[in-house]
Amino acid sequence: MAETMQFDLVSPERNLMSAAVKAVQIPGTEGDLTAMPNHAPMITTLRPGILKVETETGTEEFVVTGGFAEIGTSVSVLAEKAVPHGDMDQATYDALVEDALLAYKAAKEAAPENEPGPVDEAAKLLQDMVAVGTHIGLDPKAANLNY
Amino acid sequence: MPSLKDLKNRISSVKSTRKITKAMQMVAAAKLRRAQDAAEMSRPYTERFNALLGGLAASVGGSATAPKLLSGTGKDDVQLLVVMTAERGLCGGFNSSIVKKARTHIETLRASGKTVKILTVGKKGREQLKRDYGDLFVGHVDLSDVKKIGYADAQNIAKDILIRFDNEEFDVATIFYSKFQSVISQVPTAQQVIPAQFDAPEGEAGGSTLYEYEPGEEAILADLLPRGVATQIFSALLENAASEQGARMSAMDNATRNAGEMIDKLTIEYNRSRQAVITNELIEIISGAEAL
Repeated sequence: MAETMQFDLVSPERNLMSAAVKAVQIPGTEGDLTAMPNHAPMITTLRPGILKVETETGTEEFVVTGGFAEIGTSVSVLAEKAVPHGDMDQATYDALVEDALLAYKAAKEAAPENEPGPVDEAAKLLQDMVAVGTHIGLDPKAANLNY
Repeated sequence: MPSLKDLKNRISSVKSTRKITKAMQMVAAAKLRRAQDAAEMSRPYTERFNALLGGLAASVGGSATAPKLLSGTGKDDVQLLVVMTAERGLCGGFNSSIVKKARTHIETLRASGKTVKILTVGKKGREQLKRDYGDLFVGHVDLSDVKKIGYADAQNIAKDILIRFDNEEFDVATIFYSKFQSVISQVPTAQQVIPAQFDAPEGEAGGSTLYEYEPGEEAILADLLPRGVATQIFSALLENAASEQGARMSAMDNATRNAGEMIDKLTIEYNRSRQAVITNELIEIISGAEAL
């Protein structure tokens, strides 16, 4: 039997998952990483992506939009918004892309020169959000928009 | 002496009032349970978040490059008060007690020569503060269309506050809300959100593990602090919602009881005067018969 560790996925509105798991694949801002038992303690921020949780009985996937993860003796993911993969539908996803797009536009307007910083971050967020859509087999209609 | 008809009318009007207050009490009870559940749900997130942020803030806090949200602007001349109240009345002293707390705070600040700005969340608080401090208002957040408070609502309020902070409109921000203790007790509370303050219990969790940070410690902190503001506001909103329903429930319970007492009193009065009328009529008949 493989080693397990405690895993919690919480969002501000509810507690999504709390279980003993074998491994968690986390979409970190600076790249994906997989946390397994006895991982070195670390804290990372999340980008929009898919969080894959491997339990004894199978894998569960969640779509997260951002937040951060704390890896220690247990793993806690504090997601700003997290939706189980199965519950994710086109409408929810469209709303997320829309939000990212608006944020990007707002950032662009606030800083007309294309300087690094808020605009790039918002653009990256939007791209990540769009990438998530292709991953989970939904149509990222914003991808056709000119960004 | 009111006539029999007057009394009857009054009894029936108090009766229908009692029906309304009774219904409101039951609605408030149902809503309270939901609000409490929501507050319960958000607790793990808030607790973890604060523990993490507290630890992080403690390790970075001392450095000169610490974000302004943490270290402050170095002044406290301009104070922003975010007064969160309900959108609706009929909830006992709920709104008034928050406003009262804010009022004393405003007066102390003004007495020490600080500039005060007020951001109101919820209609009731705005109405109460308008007369005395209307010129201090810088904004208002309307939540009357919001059925269930979501994290997005808190984020919007936080965004509003953070933009103002970035524009250097204020130095210190304090939120006023009511902490839910029980159905009969809600405590109006003032909490400073900018610069961030933590009452995290140090020592047990904070110092024991050394974390690796990705990206760097300060980048994470800069990312977390704005979220911290949103999280604090979110939990304040939830506490407030639960408090509001709790206060309304006990207020309506009292109102229902008072209406009941009033009905009893009126019914006795009605019966007495009805008896008096009958006695009077009898006397008239008897004395009429005697006169014959």
